[in-house]
Amino acid sequence: MKMLTQDQAKQICDKVMALSKADECRVQISGSQRGNVRYARNSVSTAGLVQNTQLTVSVAFGKRQGTASVNEFDDESLEKAVRRAEEVARLAPENPEFLPAVKVQVYKASSTYSAATAAIDPEYRAEVAAASIELARKKGLVAAGFFSDTTGFETVANSNGVFGYQTLTNLGFTVTTRTEDGLGSGWVTRSANDAARFNAREASEIAIEKALTSVNAKAIEPGRYTVILEPAATSEIIGRMFGAFDARQADEGRSFLSKKGGGNRLGEKLFDEQVNLWADPWNPDVPVLGWDNASMLARERTDVIKGGKIASLDYTPYWAEKQGKRAIGRHGNMIMSGGGKSTEELIASTKKGVLVTRTWYIRMVDPQSLLLTGLTRDGTFYIENGKIKHPIKNFRFNESPVSMLNNIEELGKPVVIGGDEVRYQMMIPPMKVRDFNFTSLSDAV
Amino acid sequence: MERRSFLKVSAAAGGSLLIPVFGNAIAADELLSPMAVQFKKSLADAALNAATKAGASYCDVRIGRYLNQFITTRDLNVEDIVNTESSGVGVRVIAGGAYGFCSTNVMTLDSVADAARQAVAIARANAKLQLEPVVLAPVKGVGDVAWATPFKKDWRAVPIKEKAELLIAANKAGLDAGANFMQANLFQVNQQKYFASTDGSYIDQDLHRLWSPFTATAVDKASNRFRTRDGLSSPVAMGYEFFDARPEHKLKAAGGVTTLYNGSYDLIEDARAAGRQAREKLTAKSVEPGKYDLVLSPEHLFLTIHESVGHATELDRVLGYEANYAGTSFATLDKWQSKKFKYGSSIVNFVADRTTAASLGCVAYDDEGVPAKRWDIIKDGILVNYQATRDQAHVIGEKESQGCSYADSWSSVQFQRMPNVSLAAGKKQLTPDEMVKDVKKGIYILGRGSFSIDQQRYNFQFGGQLYFEIRNGKIGNQLEDVAYQSNTQEFWNACTALCDARDWRMGGSFFDGKGQPSQVSAVSHGSPTTRFNGINVINTARKIG
Repeated sequence: MKMLTQDQAKQICDKVMALSKADECRVQISGSQRGNVRYARNSVSTAGLVQNTQLTVSVAFGKRQGTASVNEFDDESLEKAVRRAEEVARLAPENPEFLPAVKVQVYKASSTYSAATAAIDPEYRAEVAAASIELARKKGLVAAGFFSDTTGFETVANSNGVFGYQTLTNLGFTVTTRTEDGLGSGWVTRSANDAARFNAREASEIAIEKALTSVNAKAIEPGRYTVILEPAATSEIIGRMFGAFDARQADEGRSFLSKKGGGNRLGEKLFDEQVNLWADPWNPDVPVLGWDNASMLARERTDVIKGGKIASLDYTPYWAEKQGKRAIGRHGNMIMSGGGKSTEELIASTKKGVLVTRTWYIRMVDPQSLLLTGLTRDGTFYIENGKIKHPIKNFRFNESPVSMLNNIEELGKPVVIGGDEVRYQMMIPPMKVRDFNFTSLSDAV
Repeated sequence: MERRSFLKVSAAAGGSLLIPVFGNAIAADELLSPMAVQFKKSLADAALNAATKAGASYCDVRIGRYLNQFITTRDLNVEDIVNTESSGVGVRVIAGGAYGFCSTNVMTLDSVADAARQAVAIARANAKLQLEPVVLAPVKGVGDVAWATPFKKDWRAVPIKEKAELLIAANKAGLDAGANFMQANLFQVNQQKYFASTDGSYIDQDLHRLWSPFTATAVDKASNRFRTRDGLSSPVAMGYEFFDARPEHKLKAAGGVTTLYNGSYDLIEDARAAGRQAREKLTAKSVEPGKYDLVLSPEHLFLTIHESVGHATELDRVLGYEANYAGTSFATLDKWQSKKFKYGSSIVNFVADRTTAASLGCVAYDDEGVPAKRWDIIKDGILVNYQATRDQAHVIGEKESQGCSYADSWSSVQFQRMPNVSLAAGKKQLTPDEMVKDVKKGIYILGRGSFSIDQQRYNFQFGGQLYFEIRNGKIGNQLEDVAYQSNTQEFWNACTALCDARDWRMGGSFFDGKGQPSQVSAVSHGSPTTRFNGINVINTARKIG
């Protein structure tokens, strides 16, 4: 099915709500066309196109709720979806935490659509792969990469008069280049709403440079080091923390934001004062929808950490009502402030340290302290007297983002980290952090 | 991209265990009526004919109907009940020596024929960048065949109320036993998969799986500490009879520290134990870091096997096809070719299989129409084989595929995925209690915990759910803050004892992630309780703010 216009989406939503016999009805329609090309061993391995449009109907009788979805949009299918949702709702037990559908919201539009991205075709994708492979091959390297682009729309509506419609585009690119003997490896990631901001050659050359300079890595002792973490190296570490700001978990005593004796740590200073973190759907670099599909609540620009202090927690509609707070839409992006320096400039001011390109397989070890473990990958270097001295073997780390953001020495200029493989669309600066805890060596290249 | 929806894959990290994937919601009563085989065959023929006419040298068609039901509960409340369905057709072709793939959810003859022609067009575009043509190992067409997961009770026919009540009863048992909070879920999966190819196969398979994970949380607000204990069961390919716990399926863990299960599961009993054990964890002794002999229970060891042996012996990783995401492998072809690479000690034997009953990897045919098999991966400690699909078999000198192809949806292209990879039981009679008797300074670890491994599968770190101190052959109290770090080859060479077949059982996961775009697959790994000597244990306690 083709993309729906706002009028077409509104017509379908209205039709669905008119069919419902329940106390209330919520409708969501998501449509997308996702194209991709994947390559490895300097050759294309797969390429594909997935088109999907989906209608989700959620109805409630009192506190009994049911949900159904269909991929078809003729009148019979719309009715089928509504009746299925009603049937599930009748079978479901009452949920004491059920809250009625939200009242009318004001959704301020954000710039999530780019015509240049929507125009991407199979030839464009093939050229991305071809350019990347050609550059790698010329240097005697082996490239494996993935490019994907999405064009879509989102619609929400409910029986209280809520309605929202917006179109979106996005693209993501990653490439790993390795030396033929497997002793060097480099990687790069890029993402953008607007294809005009993407250059496959510029990106691929960074991965190539990293691969060539990472050959013959030396082992240095694990321990606590000053590190320069490129933005892609901290995106998941910080993203995991950003996703753990749930007020209910904190109030119930099962979060790093729980307070001794009860309550939460809102307002407390947990991080270095250079740390400022916020969500803003209208940020021009990482725009997201002005609402959150699940709750249909409007999003707001919200400080999460300000001057190192906890500035806000995430409230579900139920917990907000119970605690006398105001719920807003769940955040869709994450922006961290920084300075004006590039990664190279941060290196230049470092006497001794480690440069980390990428981190990998990050998992929670202890939610009490947010201790995470993971490894460095695809370009780890030793820095001495402001210069990269030599490549080093990869490390495993055991570190909490809370400690990491307490030990900040300097922040660089934020860049976009996004695409399908991260939790949020983010703006993150490169960071110089002291006492980062590497606990063992890895032989992996 | 924001991907928290039930309906999409969350791909926060590749080559790793991920978060659920599901399709569209449907009503319970419609789950039971299957799609007519004749209809599927006519759709398949439309695609095969269109692809052949457009010049494809090979074509396969997968028609899928994926039905799931999820029940999520929190303490004494049912939070959500979702029935999902996803149906459609995926067509893969070879044209000009390259693959092309296209999928559609419009299940008409015209639509699937069009998808087949688009797949051929994509293959021709890819062929321009292809260095070597795709070579498929031969597979004999089997005509019209059907297979289904054996089960006694169809989860689709069990009333929602009965299932919700089971989860709530488990939560209540955990709360009564000492937990402050309980969360229990029930994932039920039915994959109706029809495969047809130009080799002359029309294979209809009906796969069923279940999983009931839960978490008990105990909180001490005075000290601002909390601890969790997850359930000790694993997902299985069985019917709802899995929850009719039978006495003969209950095993006492070494030292009687808890009850374990093999064949059916007493969810309420395990939840009760979890509530008590989560509370005990709040005051358990923090581990002294250092070298320990580890006694690892199968409910824990399956994940270490998955990451350090399962993924490391995937041939696509070895060859570099996953280099950009899940990674490559240290188990390179030269190590295999040497016939003397000591992956583990001489008692270590790993078998790959897609035939063990109730295992998640059990099928009759893979997603290339290759019959399920069983083969050695590590024999007497030596690396002897890998896991391969039709287009990889020639690389390792195999005349036919090992049947390792899988796609997680009709809309995803199939590629090499892990079969069950299991550690064989010891040949000498040995029980877990007898194994512990010889351990002077050790830790007994049960349940799946934190897990992380590098992209070539050398360096790993694992935690568990329960840790018991072993001193001079006796199991003591719980320990906390335990994780072990090791290197794959060192670890498996430190394997010194295996319990016998009476103790062998499988763990598994629904959500093994790999590929770009990321796909998930379900896989099981069996082992007996196993001992590893002199493994490095770290203390994971940290103070923040």
